[in-house]
Amino acid sequence: MNATQYLVRAENLGKRVPSPEGELIILDGINFAVAAGESVAIVGASGSGKSTLLGLLAGLDTPSSGRVWLAGTDLNSLDEDGRAQLRAQRVGFVFQSFQLLPGLTALENVMLPLELADHADPEGAARAVLQQIGLGSRLRHYPAQLSGGEQQRVAIARAFASGPELLFADEPTGNLDRRTGQRIIDLLFSLNRQQGATLVLVTHDTELARYCDRSLELDGGRLQAAEPVSAAAPVELGLSVSV
Amino acid sequence: MSNTSLLLLAFRALRRDWRSGELRVLAAALVIAVASVAAVGFFTDRIQVAMERKSSELLGADLVIASPEPVQESFLQEARRGDLQAAATLSFRSVVLAGEDSALAEVKAVGPGYPLRGQLQVGDQPFAPAQFTQAIPKPGDVWLDERLLQVLKLAVGGRLELGTGSFVVEKVLAYEPDRGGDLFSIAPRLLMNLADVPATELVQPGSRVEYRLLLAGDAKRLENYRSWVQSRLNPVERLQGVRDARPELRAALERAQRFLGLAALVSVILAGVGIAIAARRFALRHWDSVAIMRCVGATQATVLRLFLLELLGLALLAGVSGVLLGYGAQEGLTRILADLAPVGELPSPSWRPLAPALLTGFITLLGFGLPPLLRLRNVPPLRVLRRDLGPSEQRAILLYGPAVAAVALLLLWQAGDTRLALYVFGGVVGTLLALGVAALGLVKSLTVLRGRVGVAWRFGLANISRRGTGSMVQVVALGLGIMVLLVLTLVRNDLLAGWQATLPANAPNHFLINIQPTEVGGVQQFLHDRGLAETRLFPMVRGRLMAIDGRPVNPENYANSRAQRLVEREFNLSWADDLQEDNRVVAGRWWQPGDHGKALVSVEQGLARELGINLHDTVQFRIAGQLIDAEVASLRTVEWDSFRVNFFVIFPPDVLNSYPATWITSFHLDKARKGLLTELVRSYPSVTVVDVDALMGKVREIMDRVVLAVEYVFLFTLLAGLVVLYAAIQATQDERLFESAILRTLGARKGVILQSLLAEFATLGLLAGLLAALGATVLGYVLAERVFGFHYSPDVLLWLLGGGAGLLGVGAAGLLGARSVLKQPPMQSLREGV
Ligand SMILES: Nc1ncnc2c1ncn2[C@@H]1O[C@H](COP(=O)(O)OP(=O)(O)OP(=O)(O)O)[C@@H](O)[C@H]1O
Ligand SMILES: [Mg+2]
Repeated sequence: MNATQYLVRAENLGKRVPSPEGELIILDGINFAVAAGESVAIVGASGSGKSTLLGLLAGLDTPSSGRVWLAGTDLNSLDEDGRAQLRAQRVGFVFQSFQLLPGLTALENVMLPLELADHADPEGAARAVLQQIGLGSRLRHYPAQLSGGEQQRVAIARAFASGPELLFADEPTGNLDRRTGQRIIDLLFSLNRQQGATLVLVTHDTELARYCDRSLELDGGRLQAAEPVSAAAPVELGLSVSV
Repeated sequence: MSNTSLLLLAFRALRRDWRSGELRVLAAALVIAVASVAAVGFFTDRIQVAMERKSSELLGADLVIASPEPVQESFLQEARRGDLQAAATLSFRSVVLAGEDSALAEVKAVGPGYPLRGQLQVGDQPFAPAQFTQAIPKPGDVWLDERLLQVLKLAVGGRLELGTGSFVVEKVLAYEPDRGGDLFSIAPRLLMNLADVPATELVQPGSRVEYRLLLAGDAKRLENYRSWVQSRLNPVERLQGVRDARPELRAALERAQRFLGLAALVSVILAGVGIAIAARRFALRHWDSVAIMRCVGATQATVLRLFLLELLGLALLAGVSGVLLGYGAQEGLTRILADLAPVGELPSPSWRPLAPALLTGFITLLGFGLPPLLRLRNVPPLRVLRRDLGPSEQRAILLYGPAVAAVALLLLWQAGDTRLALYVFGGVVGTLLALGVAALGLVKSLTVLRGRVGVAWRFGLANISRRGTGSMVQVVALGLGIMVLLVLTLVRNDLLAGWQATLPANAPNHFLINIQPTEVGGVQQFLHDRGLAETRLFPMVRGRLMAIDGRPVNPENYANSRAQRLVEREFNLSWADDLQEDNRVVAGRWWQPGDHGKALVSVEQGLARELGINLHDTVQFRIAGQLIDAEVASLRTVEWDSFRVNFFVIFPPDVLNSYPATWITSFHLDKARKGLLTELVRSYPSVTVVDVDALMGKVREIMDRVVLAVEYVFLFTLLAGLVVLYAAIQATQDERLFESAILRTLGARKGVILQSLLAEFATLGLLAGLLAALGATVLGYVLAERVFGFHYSPDVLLWLLGGGAGLLGVGAAGLLGARSVLKQPPMQSLREGV
């Protein structure tokens, strides 16, 4: 099996945390793979473990069992810094609550991942992306001076600025009204197409999930209707489940 | 809710909250505040207890009559009649010779019976254990203190020359109850028998000596004697009882108490800032639980009482710890200062300082910690549904009022004097404001740098700018701590060196005093033969100022203590026909040859101002029992710094000729030629040589020790500054966790985050250090130009040391305090941050 054909692969992934009533199983026996260029929605009810899964896939937390392969690397074989470096080079993020750094301006926020990845011209690249999404006049503004929609656009600019192969998004429209949410979705998908990135999108909005090539449903920490993952034809398999 | 259950609840809350951290910072701040006040309190208390227990001993008697002239014979006879014990002493300064070595000593000649209260302690070897003795030196013997033995390189059994007499060192004087002179007496002690004084030929008319008649006995008889003698004292005789024993010691203690106490208050104020930050965060973290309590029916009063009880419990714990710490720290102060206060072995401190120290803690806690707690009362119960609801904003007066009131109250209490308190309050507020404005400017100016540095540094700098007010408070708090230490070390040395540099290289460094009229020609010739030809001898007559323009002069009429001291003492009066080079007449005119023999005086301007003497006033002096009136013909300015002989009051020639006079002179002598002095004293035994270098050395040594003590107290200030830093770090810990999580999500390695923390704290520290250097420079400048009157050149070292200390110290401390942000996996921080 050639793992590099999948950009992301989860193998028997599980997460358990201790709780006063004994061990709490958040995720259990998760198996799936995402091929390069694919867009996948992870859907499920609140509390089903979507965010937890995303965190594990991105190496923000360590699993209790199983492993995650990211761009051909087993995350378990890396330490904190190794995982960070991997993210800096290949991964972008968009969150429900934007997660911009309040002390930095819009421009500085977008420059951040570029600088962490040792980009040659962080400022120029960041300016260009911000221009592109129509925030060229708000470069020196701080997050608190921007509306929710504008903040999410800055976050998207930050996610795409370094040209990541892989983009993780957790409820990117959850905190926005319908119309603004729609604009954000359009922006997200058009940038994604343009850059040919792989997208893993967490949402409980089935409407939104339809924009993706396929959906995975989490229920009580397990994947429902688990997709058969064939090592032979990952790309075709991905496309075959498209809407 | 019943009181017991409330108390229980508060106790449980205290235990729970203690684990969560911000109460620990609050407690640390409180411990430091209480400890600094307690340390000073315990130390001064020990000296006070010693003085109270030994007030008779400190006088060596129950009652003393002191005079620069022999005490009237009838006083002794009356004491004998009244069945009182009596003893006489006579003290003066003189040079002692031993072979090639010489030293200025405070000589005390004592008669049988001395001391009437307390006991002398002597040893057979320097630093050997001392024994009590009832004896006094036998005729022909002298007892020397360790310092004098050392300077003269003498051992017990050695010989020394004093005036025309020769003596054997029989014992080492370890302790004398009534060690006289100033609190910090300059010269070492020689104790001899009163019967030997004539043989030395040291006491001549006009010499500066003090005669004392010591008296002791039954209280009733003593009281009778006191009223009998009071009306018979002449103007130069002073009565000292146990109550007014050693006024100079009492005054010095009071001053030390005030000064060290005020120094401790600086730490208290900074600790208060730490308390304010910690209390704010403490309250903030309790908004949710208060909302729930209110929701289930707790009244506003119950909520407030609960938190007050919790904090008071904490204050009690921290207060007691602070007192214990202060008790320990006091030992250090005692080590540094105690032997400067000649009160012998110090008793252990009493518990008197306990209450003031605890009270200081409570006042600080309430002043700085109460406002955010009061706000808790107003947390709306609806917050359980809408988390964005908080208590209404507090008005500024409620927010800052209690703190200002607490500081004012503590200052007033510590200074014990409204005017001083007001000055210090103004000084503190002014300094804090100035530092605050400067700090804010520095913080703002960081924005300029942000475009030019790497990601970690930009992030660190951005954090400082964003937390503008918080950063300013930290910079000021840390800066103040560093500044105080800079002033006490570098600036002090700079000032001393700067002042010494203003003295001409050949400024006189020796004085000859007590030159008898018959010796004037000989001494002049002696100096002339040895290349000191230009040395001029000045006559000196001692007289007491009795009246100004018919108004009797009385120390009580002067508010200023310097003026009081001036009129209490006898003046050195001189005469001259021409004005000294460096003197300038600023009012009236100097006399012409025709004025010689007329009753005129020229008065130094500063003295005239201090005592309220105007041109053409008539001043009356009492010289050797006679009164003499003179008109003020001119006012002069004098360069006191020059170390040349100068006089406050000068007469024209031919007025004071008939009074007993001694001559005085000063000259410069290189170190290599000091042997000349021994030769001089051998030829003219009654002449006293005062070595200014040695004197300055001693003064500097005392100053160094006092400064060390003050530095010691200000260590608490630095600690308090660090607590402010930690309180601020803790108050921003949640934000930091969240930010570090985002940075790591975006791919930052740990090193980058550590670097950004280092950037933030090192920059804060650098700003604090630079601010401190700025403050210290301004202070040095003002002191130099305004007080010492020389030009101050700023010290580069100040900036290097201040900046460096801040950069490294605060950088390391901050990194240590904040590094825990790396411990949590980013996922958890993000989850909690949402
Ligand atoms: N560190 C933790 N400790 C205890 N429980 C946790 C922890 N992390 C997650 N959980 C629990 O795991 C479950 C899944 O959480 P997760 O945030 O992944 O859900 P989700 O699907 O993203 O929900 P939502 O749609 O509301 O965002 C929840 O019940 C949550 O309380
Ligand atoms: Mg979620």
